[in-house]
Amino acid sequence: MLRVERVHTLYGHIEALRGVDIEVKEREIVALIGSNGAGKSTLLMTICGTPQAAAGRILFEGRDITRVPTHLIMRSGIAQAPEGRRIFPRMTVLENLQMGALVGDPAKFSEDLENVFSIFPILKQRETQRGGTLSGGEQQMLAIARALMSRPRLLLLDEPSLGLAPMIVRQIFQIIQDINQKTGTTILLVEQDAFHALRLAHRGYVLVNGSIALTGTGRELLANREVRAAYLEGGATEDQ
Amino acid sequence: MEYFLQQLINGVTLGAIFGLIAIGYTMVYGILGMVNFAHGDVFMIGGFVAVITFLILGVLGLTWVPFALLCMLLIAMVFTGVHGWAVERIGYRALRNSNRLAPLISAIGMSIFLQNYVQLLQGARNKAIPPMISGGVELMTSPTGFTVKFGYMQMVIIAVTTVLMVGFSLLIARTSMGRQQRACEQDMRMARLLGVDVDRTISLTFIMGAALAAVAGMIWLLYYGIIDFYVGFLAGIKAFTAAVLGGIGSLPGAMLGGLLIGLIEVFWSAYFSVEYKDVAAFAILVLVLIFRPTGLLGQPDIEKV
Repeated sequence: MLRVERVHTLYGHIEALRGVDIEVKEREIVALIGSNGAGKSTLLMTICGTPQAAAGRILFEGRDITRVPTHLIMRSGIAQAPEGRRIFPRMTVLENLQMGALVGDPAKFSEDLENVFSIFPILKQRETQRGGTLSGGEQQMLAIARALMSRPRLLLLDEPSLGLAPMIVRQIFQIIQDINQKTGTTILLVEQDAFHALRLAHRGYVLVNGSIALTGTGRELLANREVRAAYLEGGATEDQ
Repeated sequence: MEYFLQQLINGVTLGAIFGLIAIGYTMVYGILGMVNFAHGDVFMIGGFVAVITFLILGVLGLTWVPFALLCMLLIAMVFTGVHGWAVERIGYRALRNSNRLAPLISAIGMSIFLQNYVQLLQGARNKAIPPMISGGVELMTSPTGFTVKFGYMQMVIIAVTTVLMVGFSLLIARTSMGRQQRACEQDMRMARLLGVDVDRTISLTFIMGAALAAVAGMIWLLYYGIIDFYVGFLAGIKAFTAAVLGGIGSLPGAMLGGLLIGLIEVFWSAYFSVEYKDVAAFAILVLVLIFRPTGLLGQPDIEKV
């Protein structure tokens, strides 16, 4: 469904991605793990064309989207809940969701709204509240809900667990799994919480200094000694 | 008391004009974070398009006043909108990701260009039109013989401005286009990630700002009966002052600021000195910037993380 081939991305003169290859197949959850600054968020943003790749090729459903403007990529069936959530702070929850539905089918709006409210009942209660006044967890839910409003075939999630209480983290991961299983939405998930992400994912990639160091199924990576040493032991959460 | 009431009417009328121009400044600032110094000249172009339309209608013999006014209004809005669009497309778009000073300097250049363009095409002499709406209602007369008069022209100005401002506020608050505009204002990259065509949204912002300024230009022409290629400079700076006073980036702020600048200028002229009326408006700007830099209705970006 998505193929990233030898992609390089520059931020000024710094090469943030140095020839990344990944592939995401239909209906998969693929986790992308790595430490801070490894280039995980850059990869998601490059897929969306902001910034565009300096070299390499990105194919979505067989079509080359490497040089397509961002807003057109986002109209072709990809949605992203980006790093830092990026909720519109001076818009209400409903308006944020309406923005998410911009590229969707207007006739399905109320159906989709009901759908995200049933996944995240708290958003229904907060409907008329401004985005900037929500708690971190609520903002994360809103970011995911907003991305779902366009019925994407490929959903890009950037650190959905960042800064959230462990209980909410578990809830969010459960919801991600449900979205994948119930609607068949393909998910590319960027996470620092490697343990949760790899348990959930069908496959995973480990990104180190802007290139892919390791790949395998979620189970394989969880068992891998290097992965355990670098991302799982010590600070990582091993709660069940 | 009667004198005061008369000044109030005059001040609100002038404030309506400044408010209409100020909306263009505040919206562009909200989205691009730049001051579009050519906006005052776009307002002037609105006045000129109205004059030209008036003359053409006269030649064609279409002089029924309501029809002529409507034609002038629509044609001025369309043509001035095109100018607003072109200013952004030519002068600012290529500079959008550069140093903050670059578009500012380009804006000053666009302003000088537009003044010269009108001067060359239309001549440096001012253009005049005969009064199209005259008369008014005499509200009251004081014992000393001073009569408070609410001109029909003033009524039309205040009514048209009110309708436009309400309509425009609803457009921004309720429609998908308005939401896209606010989204670009709050987080342009995220707006793009949701499929918003940012270039198109910015172009629309310039077109709408210019169309409102065109209405102000036409009102100016009808109210004062005269216009020249330089009129946009001072009116533009005052409207910019109004936008800052109300809180730049805020739509209701621009309207309130415009009203206040109009009132301040008229009352200062009426009670102190006409010669120093510009000083009054700008002194207020200085005070606002010292004591309340975000303006009356502006909000500091504390919600942003």
